[in-house]
Amino acid sequence: MSQLSKTPMSPALIDSLTSHAALPARIPRRSRSPLALIWRALTINRKVIVGSTILAFFVLVALLGPLIVTQDPLKYTLNLMAPPSADHLLGTNQGGQDVFSQLVIGTRSTLFWSLVSGVLVMLIAITVGLVGGYFGGVVDDFLSLVTNVFLVIPSFPLAIVAAEFFSRTTLTIAIIVALTNWPWSARVLRSQTLSLRSREFITAARANGESTWRIVFFDIFPNQTSIVAAAFITTTIQVLLAVAGLEFLGFGDSGVVSWGTMLYEAYNGSALFQGAWWWFAPPGICIALFGSGLALLNFGVDELADPRLRQIRGRRKRAKGGVA
Amino acid sequence: MTSGQSDTPVLDVRGLSVEYASENGTVRAVTDVSFVLRRGEVLGLAGESGSGKSTLAYAAARLLPDSAAITAGEVLYNPGAQRDRTGAPDKPMNLLNLSTEELRRLRWSDLAVVFQSAMNALNPVMTLGAQIDDVLLTRRPRMRGRARRERARELLRLVGISPDRIRSYPHELSGGMRQRAGIALALALSPQIIIMDEPTTALDVVVQREILSELLRLREQLEFAVIFITHDLSLLLELADRVAIMYAGRLVEQATQRDLYRTPRHPYSYGLINAFPRLRGPRRVALGIPGTPPDLRTPPSGCAFHPRCPLAFDACQATTPELRPAITGSAQLVACHLYDPAYRPAPPDTSEIAASYDARAEGSRV
Amino acid sequence: MRRLLRRIGIYLVAIWAAVTINFFLPRLAPGNPAEVVFARLAQHGQVNPAALKALELEFGVNTTDPLWVQYLNYLNNLLHGNLGVSTNYYPTPVIDIISQDIKWTLVLLTISVVLSFTIGTLIGVFMAWRRGSALDTSLSSLMIFFYSILYPWLALLAVYVLGYTLGWFPFADGYDLSLTPGWNLDFILSASYHAILPALTIIVSTVAGWMLTMRNSMITTLSEDYVLLARAKGLSSRRVMFAYAARNAILPSVTGLAIAIGAVVGGQLLVEIVFSYPGIGYALFQAIQSQDYALADGILLLVIVATVVMNLIVEVLYVLLDPRMRQERSA
Repeated sequence: MSQLSKTPMSPALIDSLTSHAALPARIPRRSRSPLALIWRALTINRKVIVGSTILAFFVLVALLGPLIVTQDPLKYTLNLMAPPSADHLLGTNQGGQDVFSQLVIGTRSTLFWSLVSGVLVMLIAITVGLVGGYFGGVVDDFLSLVTNVFLVIPSFPLAIVAAEFFSRTTLTIAIIVALTNWPWSARVLRSQTLSLRSREFITAARANGESTWRIVFFDIFPNQTSIVAAAFITTTIQVLLAVAGLEFLGFGDSGVVSWGTMLYEAYNGSALFQGAWWWFAPPGICIALFGSGLALLNFGVDELADPRLRQIRGRRKRAKGGVA
Repeated sequence: MTSGQSDTPVLDVRGLSVEYASENGTVRAVTDVSFVLRRGEVLGLAGESGSGKSTLAYAAARLLPDSAAITAGEVLYNPGAQRDRTGAPDKPMNLLNLSTEELRRLRWSDLAVVFQSAMNALNPVMTLGAQIDDVLLTRRPRMRGRARRERARELLRLVGISPDRIRSYPHELSGGMRQRAGIALALALSPQIIIMDEPTTALDVVVQREILSELLRLREQLEFAVIFITHDLSLLLELADRVAIMYAGRLVEQATQRDLYRTPRHPYSYGLINAFPRLRGPRRVALGIPGTPPDLRTPPSGCAFHPRCPLAFDACQATTPELRPAITGSAQLVACHLYDPAYRPAPPDTSEIAASYDARAEGSRV
Repeated sequence: MRRLLRRIGIYLVAIWAAVTINFFLPRLAPGNPAEVVFARLAQHGQVNPAALKALELEFGVNTTDPLWVQYLNYLNNLLHGNLGVSTNYYPTPVIDIISQDIKWTLVLLTISVVLSFTIGTLIGVFMAWRRGSALDTSLSSLMIFFYSILYPWLALLAVYVLGYTLGWFPFADGYDLSLTPGWNLDFILSASYHAILPALTIIVSTVAGWMLTMRNSMITTLSEDYVLLARAKGLSSRRVMFAYAARNAILPSVTGLAIAIGAVVGGQLLVEIVFSYPGIGYALFQAIQSQDYALADGILLLVIVATVVMNLIVEVLYVLLDPRMRQERSA
């Protein structure tokens, strides 16, 4: 069938051989500035939009805090346990302090220390995860054991045990929370490192004689930024709740105003039984909202990574060809 | 290979079109496809990835995901085509119009599916026996436990698996065994039609051969029809009675296996067949088909193959060719303007197509 | 099997680690918490020698034994159930207080976790099945909000709204204090009535997590080939949903359960505090506030060990559910 026979060519054939066949149109590559990329990342789906908005709101409040408040949050007045009014937007607490100002100023402390704790967790997790995942062998066995052990020990009770014996400052709490919440992220990063390690470009780097540390930090790590970011968001939710929880139990710094310490004061000041809902409700709502913002961001990013989770816009009703 | 066949059509697909909603636009996965499946016949559906062959088959069986919609066409199923189906209605019915309940009654007992990678098609937490049993339980309510177990064993024996594997979980079986199990499952209710989606692609050639000869033997014995989907055309040239070739969602050629092998009409079919190196014969340059399949969101105008076709001419870009007999009265159908007397008085023969490919290969070797 | 043994090994190490950390922390901390304890004890006059010894061992005071000897004695004590003596409830041994309160905690925990997991998972299955519907999208958004709620805050809210203001449920104590505890109907009814709000709080706080996990897992599972095959077999929707999809999709939730138990336990402690529910959480809180370190540590240690054990049980459950786990797997 395929002998290269030399048959005379028909005119049509010659025509077709010499005419220019239509080439597929080239899709021009749009140049994307970093700003455009960020914008696209932020608006990619609804969950991300809502989540980022919530977070941005709180960050703004934290940054502009002192400019918004009208009163000194720590100043005691004689106006005790007063309901919301024009003077005190969220009323006053047991000591006559303005709840609204406390809430605004408290945002700074809560956000800042949650962030600090989250970053600490990631530093530990990255080190443990990357080192264990990359080096394997005895090192990995040992680090995995440590990770698994701490993963299994409940973090909050352990944090309480630790908090009992050390000074009651927010820094201490942040550190303790970090030391009890790193295992989950470490495990995630380790499995990611393991899968990356066997990829060809790493083998190539090793063959090239790149030093181990360079490989770990400049080849493997940059490929994990999305995982690190996702783990960071999840971690921040955990540490937010853990720090607030510890503060609620009274391990916080009594001189510091944060959402958690506000709850502690509210509970101890019997806000409930005096009907002062304006005192104990707002801090909790803020914690829940901020946490939701983080969670929304997380789920939104999840949807990006796994297309099956995305909402398919468009044909929703079952057409004729629907599955029985 | 043709002893179980008859002329009675068991499935008659007319003008089927399927679209998917995707994030970047509507994908026209299948456009205006018609074919007939006869009783006991093996019809091969061939094409590159993304040509729409799987979509076509699943659409006919109404197994598409929610994001897909059938936008046109009918799928006429004729249950009376097979003998010994007492009580079955004689009139053909349009599968697309059936209610979910009516369709469910046909599932598996009339139309069964074997998936590509049985590793993923078998429920990992159920034993083989349980998976065969639950379809028997649902569809043959009068069958008692012992009878069902016996049937399950019989099915496994039929495909060459030891019957005591009934208690095994899928992960305990080898790839070949899993695929056989998938076939056994498909045969559970003695269906009329079995759709097989790349059933042997994931297996090595030796196992592949075993399974396929097994399949043919079963077909002789039980007389079911098969729609065999694969990208491996050489496999179909041995296995199938008739072959339908798809490109960019359309049927571009339909012929018996012999006709296709001897005289592939469509330039794409020619390219596909000759993409495989031959064991014997003079050395020749291995020809591929240059270019890539089109984006089905924005298919090319006219004939979708024209950007890659070495014999394309003006009409190819302007109008879409219809699927019609290559030569008047021939059973071999092709969708190509080269065979349209309005454009060319004499259709090209195979050597001309060969020469055009060669010339292009020559031309690219600078 | 070997894998399971390895996991059990990890759990044993975890228990050992927890115990050891508990041993070292008081000694590492600045200041000397033990001295506080001792001063308190001294105020009570005559001290039960055995209990005193236990405390000494716990905090490493008043002894010239080298560290490792202290450690061994500490372990020995633990194995005999000697956790020291409470300074607050002197001279009651810690272990007695714990065993009294723990029943309340266990009952509440079991009910809450079982209900939360079951309800959450079932709803998650339905949400995935009806994906994209109005119910699904609105419920998902609501759940994300609930996911981040701080347990005690929700508890406070429940106490205030449902208990104090509306008076629908009792919001303090485990039972009506005028009744005597015992296996009589009055008591049981009262106890159940008092348990409703705390249980509800825990359930509402945790159900979101199960729901969302199960939903996402189901969505992924529903796109698997074997689910499509099940549909092609003409099986009923219900069978496909449960025996094929949910049965597989639940595996990540079970894994999640193991990890989440720690969090739920922590949350329950806080909830008990708010409701003054007579479980070990409340006892812990009071112990912390009154610096009864012996009691506090005893409770915490128990909580940690119990959580580890519960974790182990869930892991075994997972192996039972997934036949793939029963085979040897190479890493």
